[in-house]
Amino acid sequence: MHMADALLSPAVATVMYAASGTAAAISINRLKKDEEHSKLPVMAVSAAMIFAGQMINYTIPGTGSSGHLCGGMLLSALLGPYAGFLSMIVVLAIQCLFFADGGLMALGANVWNMAFYGCFVGYFLIWRPIMRSQLFGASDDHNAQRLRIILASVLGCVITLQLGAFSVVLETTFSGITELPFGTFCGLMLPIHLAVGFVEGLITAAVLTFVYESRPELLQEVTPTKDGAGKLSLNQTVAILAVVTCLVGGGLSLYASSNPDGLEWALFGNAEAGYKENMGLDEENYGVSSTAAETAAGIQETTSFLPDYAFKDNDSAAGTTVSGLVGSAMVAGAAVLICLAGGFFRPKKTA
Amino acid sequence: MNKIDQALYEFREMDELADQDSLVHRFSVLPKVLLTILYILIVLSFHKYDLSSLSVMILFPVFFYQMSGIPLRKCFYKLRFVLPLVMAVGILNPLFDHTVILRIGSFSLTGGWLSMFTLMLKGILSLTASFLLVATSGIARICAALRRIHVPSVLVTLLLLTYRYITVLSEEVSVMSNAYHLRAPRQKGIEYSAWGSFLGQLLLRSMDRAEEIYQAMLLRGFHGHFHYTDERPATWKEWLTALLIGALIVFCRYYNVASFLGSLFMR
Repeated sequence: MHMADALLSPAVATVMYAASGTAAAISINRLKKDEEHSKLPVMAVSAAMIFAGQMINYTIPGTGSSGHLCGGMLLSALLGPYAGFLSMIVVLAIQCLFFADGGLMALGANVWNMAFYGCFVGYFLIWRPIMRSQLFGASDDHNAQRLRIILASVLGCVITLQLGAFSVVLETTFSGITELPFGTFCGLMLPIHLAVGFVEGLITAAVLTFVYESRPELLQEVTPTKDGAGKLSLNQTVAILAVVTCLVGGGLSLYASSNPDGLEWALFGNAEAGYKENMGLDEENYGVSSTAAETAAGIQETTSFLPDYAFKDNDSAAGTTVSGLVGSAMVAGAAVLICLAGGFFRPKKTA
Repeated sequence: MNKIDQALYEFREMDELADQDSLVHRFSVLPKVLLTILYILIVLSFHKYDLSSLSVMILFPVFFYQMSGIPLRKCFYKLRFVLPLVMAVGILNPLFDHTVILRIGSFSLTGGWLSMFTLMLKGILSLTASFLLVATSGIARICAALRRIHVPSVLVTLLLLTYRYITVLSEEVSVMSNAYHLRAPRQKGIEYSAWGSFLGQLLLRSMDRAEEIYQAMLLRGFHGHFHYTDERPATWKEWLTALLIGALIVFCRYYNVASFLGSLFMR
């Protein structure tokens, strides 16, 4: 889900940097209050572990595919939201700088889409309320806590990933990058990330329950029980997961039926954009009234090519387009020349 | 080579590239960082149909890659993450945007195709720029430059520490994963019964390790932040050079150089 630089306009990239920067500033401020120095190594090692952990493939039973770990939820459950957020920023920055996963200008957007939702929304709205609740039993009941961890992880991953995917759609649309109608884009992105989120949630839940069984004091908002007795069997866990699946699936189908096929909606009815039906079938009608077409028409007016075929009988305008083409070809030639010259002048390496 | 070993290899490769010596490597990092940001912002600001103006921006990375002696193909290999996503978004543009921009005989170029190519070029150019920055500076110098512009010490120290421990933990994960797969041949990933314990074990050990690291750091006099020695402040000559390059970048944004070059030969 890493955004690339090319998918953002400078304005949107800057706004996202400002938003993520503010969240980072708040986190640093909060962290200072409870002695940041002692937490630094733990944060660094956890971030490094998330980075390495995300490269492990987990086989998804019954399918040929594999899933990965969701970093945001895991980090905030281990370190708390503020330290978790900062660790996620660092993971994303290293992925961007050394692996070109994301981009330098898109880092602000990526931090928001993945770290902010994962750590703040995931922690304050999902992890903490669920862990503090009496859901499944008393607050210090071993099995109940285990179930709450599973529920919080799955729900947290699903919801935060949906928010992240929705933000990707919003950011791309606001940047004016894609011609894809907003509804269609959402229709493409959200269901895919629903499935991804569910699998990531299960993997995260598995890791967190393991930590809970062995070292519950490492987790936030968890009250360690005196004895580890009464462990939940695998069958019980599977049954509970099935219930969660039904709940999530049911929720999805409700959402889906209230919004019938996004593509259809976008193609055949969008009164705001100035066309009521048959967008795909009646291109010309659509083309005349949309703003995209107007901009394009403006450019076309100044750049139309070959008077015989095109719409404008103007020598200079035709010249601009062709000269643009020729100029670009010359730029390419210059680039090759620079390469050749570079190779020629650079001192040869002695082996 | 599995995914983790590949990542480790790429880390070391970047460090080796940053250790080389050239005019671009020696250039102070802070102006380089600012220039890179300016370049990417300018590249992103081009209009979606303005492919010919954008094409001039290719010259900047090509020139500086040659000056620094960093092979461009090393950077192109990294495109495997970014380009598919950009493609996925861009590939639908030709389906939705049918505005004809250019006609040559029976061939007509629609706005959708043009915007797709522009988008891909933007993706490639912005990546080449940030790759060049890291490959000619290295993480330690970048962190020092970040401190110089008052990026909070916690964040910078965390970045350095994480960078240090990523290689350590990735090696450990690599060994674990090799051991697992030797015992479970012909299995694509970690089976669900081991989902929790596989990473969980590492997590517990890492937490203990973090505590030991902290004790070791304290013993060596750590009190909140690192000291950087390897990055000197930029000289006025460097700032002037950076300013000129920056002005050139801005000039290429507002003046269609490709079109001008072409017009010299088109009458």
